[in-house]
Amino acid sequence: MFVGVLIKKRFVIKTSENTLRVHSIESFGTHDGPGIRMVVFLQGCKLKCLYCHNPDTIDTHGGKEYAIENLVERAVKMKSYFGKEGGVTVSGGEPLLQSKELVHFFKRLKEEGIHTNIDTNGRLLNHYAEELLDDYADLIMLDIKHMREDGYQMITGQKNKETTFNLAKYREASGKPMWLRYVLIPEITNKPELLHEMGSYFKDYKTIEKIELQPYHKLGIHKWDALGWDYKLKDARENTPEEINQAVHILKQYFKEVKTN
Amino acid sequence: MVVKEFKSGTWINTIDVRDFVINNVTSYYGDDTFLVGASERTKRLWEVCLQATKEERQNNGLRSVDTETISGVNNFEAGYIDKENEVIVGLQTDELLKRAMKPFGGFKVVQKALSEHGLVASDTVSELFSKYVKSHNDGVFSAYNAEIRKFRSLGLLTGLPDNYARGRIIGDYRRIALYGIDRLIEVKKADKAAITGSMTDAVIRLREEVSDQIKALQEIVEMGAKYGLDLSRPAENAREAVQWTYMGYLAAVKEQDGAAMSLGNVSTFLDIYIQNDLEEGLITEVEAQEYIDQFVMKLRMVRHLRMSAYDEIFAGDPTWVTEAIGGMFEDGRTKVTKTSFRFLNTLYNLGPSPEPNITILWSQNLPENFKKYCAKVAIDTSSIQFENDDMMRTLRGSDDYGIACCVSYQALGKQIQFFGARTNLAKTLLLAINGGRCENTGTKMVDGIVPMEDEYLDFNKVMANFKVAMKEVARVYNDSMNIIHYMHDKYYYEKAQMALIDTNPDINIAYGIAGLSIVADSLSAIKYAKVKPIRNEEGLTVDFKIEGDFPKYGNDDDRVDVFAHDAVADFNKELSALPVYKNAAPTLSVLTITSNVVYGKKTGATPDGRPKGVPFAPGANPMHGRDTNGAIASLNSVAKIDYEDSQDGISNTFSIVPKSLGASETDRISNLTTMLDGYFSRNAQHLNVNVLNKETLLDAMENPENYPQLTIRVSGYAVNFIRLTKEQQQEVITRSFHQSM
Repeated sequence: MFVGVLIKKRFVIKTSENTLRVHSIESFGTHDGPGIRMVVFLQGCKLKCLYCHNPDTIDTHGGKEYAIENLVERAVKMKSYFGKEGGVTVSGGEPLLQSKELVHFFKRLKEEGIHTNIDTNGRLLNHYAEELLDDYADLIMLDIKHMREDGYQMITGQKNKETTFNLAKYREASGKPMWLRYVLIPEITNKPELLHEMGSYFKDYKTIEKIELQPYHKLGIHKWDALGWDYKLKDARENTPEEINQAVHILKQYFKEVKTN
Repeated sequence: MVVKEFKSGTWINTIDVRDFVINNVTSYYGDDTFLVGASERTKRLWEVCLQATKEERQNNGLRSVDTETISGVNNFEAGYIDKENEVIVGLQTDELLKRAMKPFGGFKVVQKALSEHGLVASDTVSELFSKYVKSHNDGVFSAYNAEIRKFRSLGLLTGLPDNYARGRIIGDYRRIALYGIDRLIEVKKADKAAITGSMTDAVIRLREEVSDQIKALQEIVEMGAKYGLDLSRPAENAREAVQWTYMGYLAAVKEQDGAAMSLGNVSTFLDIYIQNDLEEGLITEVEAQEYIDQFVMKLRMVRHLRMSAYDEIFAGDPTWVTEAIGGMFEDGRTKVTKTSFRFLNTLYNLGPSPEPNITILWSQNLPENFKKYCAKVAIDTSSIQFENDDMMRTLRGSDDYGIACCVSYQALGKQIQFFGARTNLAKTLLLAINGGRCENTGTKMVDGIVPMEDEYLDFNKVMANFKVAMKEVARVYNDSMNIIHYMHDKYYYEKAQMALIDTNPDINIAYGIAGLSIVADSLSAIKYAKVKPIRNEEGLTVDFKIEGDFPKYGNDDDRVDVFAHDAVADFNKELSALPVYKNAAPTLSVLTITSNVVYGKKTGATPDGRPKGVPFAPGANPMHGRDTNGAIASLNSVAKIDYEDSQDGISNTFSIVPKSLGASETDRISNLTTMLDGYFSRNAQHLNVNVLNKETLLDAMENPENYPQLTIRVSGYAVNFIRLTKEQQQEVITRSFHQSM
C-alpha cells in the first residue's frame, strides 16, 4: 500500500545548493533523447507508477549527492561523443523535484555548449521549473501517464493528471521542442479510444516533434523484489506486435513522428 | 597496353606505388547502393570452401597436410578450388586447405604439429633437418642464456617468435601489379651494385639479403608460370592487377608461417584498375565484385601448420591477413574508393569471417556515407576493427601504410617490424612485491629489489621496486629480442617479402605488454585502500586482503588512469634506452591477442583482488565488470594511454548488445559513427567492435553446428567463435558487455 509523502518545502533531502541528489549516471545513453547522451538519473519521485522500472530512484532520501561542477566536468569529458545530436539528459526519479539546482546545472551545460534534455512526468511546475522550460532545457520529454483521472491515479498513486497537461501547455507557449512519451500497457493504456483522445488533445501543439511509445515490459520486477515492494502489475501482459502496430497506426494520424522504443 | 595511359608522376622512374595511387585515384563519396551480390561462380566456389572448412573442423582442425614437401615460393604444383569457376587463382599448396611444412622456423614445431595428428615428416625431410640444416629455432637456443630461458619458462615472456616465423613484415604486394617483376629485379640489381664500401658485417649482410631477394623474385615468376600467368610484366587490366597482387602475397605465405602475415592497403590501389576497366566498358560491377570476392575468398583459405600449444596463445587458428581500408591522403582527399566498399561487401557476399582482418582507418574527415557503411558492417558482422588514421598518419609520417599483425602502423614498402610478442607486466609488479622472486616458484628472477616486510603494502616502496623490476625485465626482454631477430635474419630471412620492400628499410622493434589493467588497479588499491599481503612460510606473497574501496581503471577516473598511463610510459622509456639489433627503433604495444588467458594462468594473485590463475583483461581493456560508469567512461580511460609511448598500438575491445546501441538500425548506425568520432578525437588508437547478444554466444557454445561463421573481435583480431577452446569462449562471454539500464 502506497503511503503518500507530504510535500515539504525542499522536495529532495540535500545538504547543499550546489549539489544534485543522483541515483546513477549512464555515460552511453542511447534511449533517452537524441544521439548519444550522458544520462543523470536523479533520485526522488512523488509518483509510484505501477510499472516503474527504476523503483530504486523513488525514495527522496536515497542516492548520493554529486557536486554540480563534478557533473559538468563529467559531461565535458564526454562531449566529444555527443556529436551533433547528443548531450545530457536528466531523468529519474523526477528531475523537476530538483528544479532549482537544475537551473544551475543546465546553465553551466549551456555555457559549455552541451545540449540539455529533461525526461519528466510533469508533476511540478514552480518558478524554477518555468525558468528551465523557458531558458535552459533544449528539449523536454514529457511522460503522459494516462489521459483520464481514474487511470492516472491507478497508475501513479497520485491525483490530478492536469499538472502534466499544464506543463505541456507551458512548454508549448515557450515555443521550444518537446517529445511525448507513453507507456503502452494492453487494456490499461493501449486502448484505441484513449489513443484517439491523446491525439486529439495534442494535435494542434506545434512544439511536439514526436511521440515515443514504450511497450510495457517486466524487466524492472527484480528491483521491486529487491526493495521488498509488492509489484502489482504481475498479471499484466506484454503487447503483441499487432497491438503495437495498431497503436502506432492510430497515433500517426495525429503526430509527425511515432517511434517505438 | 589496352588500358588508357595512367597519369604519370615520380612513380614512372622510381618504385613508388604511393605516388601512382595519389595521381590516379578516384575518391568515392557516394553510398553503398551500387554494390552487387556474389556471382554464380563465386557462390559455387564458396560452397566448396564451406564444405572443406567443415571437414577441417570435423578432422580436428586439419583437413590434410603434405609431409613430403618443404614449402617455399615455388615448391608446389598449381592448386585450384574449382578451376573453371576461378577468376583469381592460386593456393598455398596443390590442394585446398592442405597445409605445408615450413621447417626453417623450427623443425620441432613441425614435428609436434604433425605428431598431434598421428603423422610424421618424410624420412628425407626428417634427416635433413635433424642432421644437416640449422633452423631459426636452433639458432636462437644456441645463443639464449640461462636468464632468458628462466624468464620464458616462468611466464614473464610468452609467445616469443623463437620457434616459428616472426611474421609482421608486409611486402608491398602492389609493386608486382604496377611494375612487373622484371622491373623489380632490375632495380634490386642496381641497389645491390650500389652497396659498396668496406666489407663490414652490415654491408656483407645487406648484399647477401638483396641477392636472396632477387632469387625470390625469379621464383615468384616461376610460380606464376605454373598458373599460366606472366608476372614478369605489369598487370594490364583489373583482373590481372588483383591476380598479380595476390601472387605476391601468396609467395609470402608459401615461404613464411609468421603469426601475422598482413596484406597491407591494397583496395585503393586496385580500385584504379577496376575504375579504369569500368570506364572503358571492359567489365561491369558484377565482375568488379567478383574479383574482390574471389580474392578475399583465397585470403580466407590461407592456413599454416600449427601445434596445439600455439592455439593457447593465438586462438582460433588465425593468420592475420590484415587489410587496412579507408583513411585520408596528406593532401586532404580521402583514400576511400568504391573498392573500399567492395571489400566490406564480401562480408555479406561470403558471410562474416575473421579473415582477412579488415581494419578501417578512421578519420574524422572520412566521407559520411563510408562511415555509415562501416558502422553498419560492424553492427551486422562484428568482423571489422577501427584505427585512428588522423593520429597515425600525422605522428608516424606516411599516409601509405598498412596494419601489421593486429594494430600496428607500418609504412608500406618503406618500413618493416620485428615482432616482439610481449612481457607480463602484472607479474613484473609481483616481482616488486616478492623481492624479485617469482610468486609461484620462489625462483630469483631479478636483483636489486628490497623485500617487503610491512603488514600493509607501502605505495612508495612498491612503486620504487616496480621501477627496478621494469628496468630489469626490459633488459632481459631486449636481450631475447636481439637474439631472435639476429637468428631469424640468418636462418629464415623473408626474401620474398623483402624483395617487395625498399632495400635497407626503416625498422621498428615491436615490444608488447600484457596485464596493464591489473597493474593500474593494483597500484590504485595499494594507494587508496589498504592491501595486506598474505605470505607463505617462504615469505612469498600468495594472496592479498583488501580493506576499503579504491578507484578502478575504466571509469574515467584520473586517480587510477594515471597509473595505466605511467606504467606504459615508464616501461617504454626503459626499453627505449637499450640497444637493438640492426638499430631498429623501439615501439611498444598494449595488446594481448588471446594470450590474456594463458598469462593469467601463469600469474599469482594480484593486489587488485584478482585471484591466482584468473585471465587478464585483453589488451588495454579495463578488467571485466570493473568499468561501471558506462561505455564512454570506459573508452575515455583507455584513450588516456599515450600513443607516443605505445606506437605499436593500444588495443581496446568494445562489446555491446544491439539494443544498447540504439532503438532502430538507423539509430545504431548513427550512434556507432558518433561514438567512433568521439573516441578517436580523444587520440585513442584502436577499437574492436562487437555488437552481439550474450545469448547468441551461449547458444553457439552449445550448438556450434548452427554457427559456422559466427565471428567475434578479440584483442586486435577476429576469430571464428566456435574454433575457440571452451575456456576461451567462456572468457569472451564473461567480458564486459555494455548494456544500459
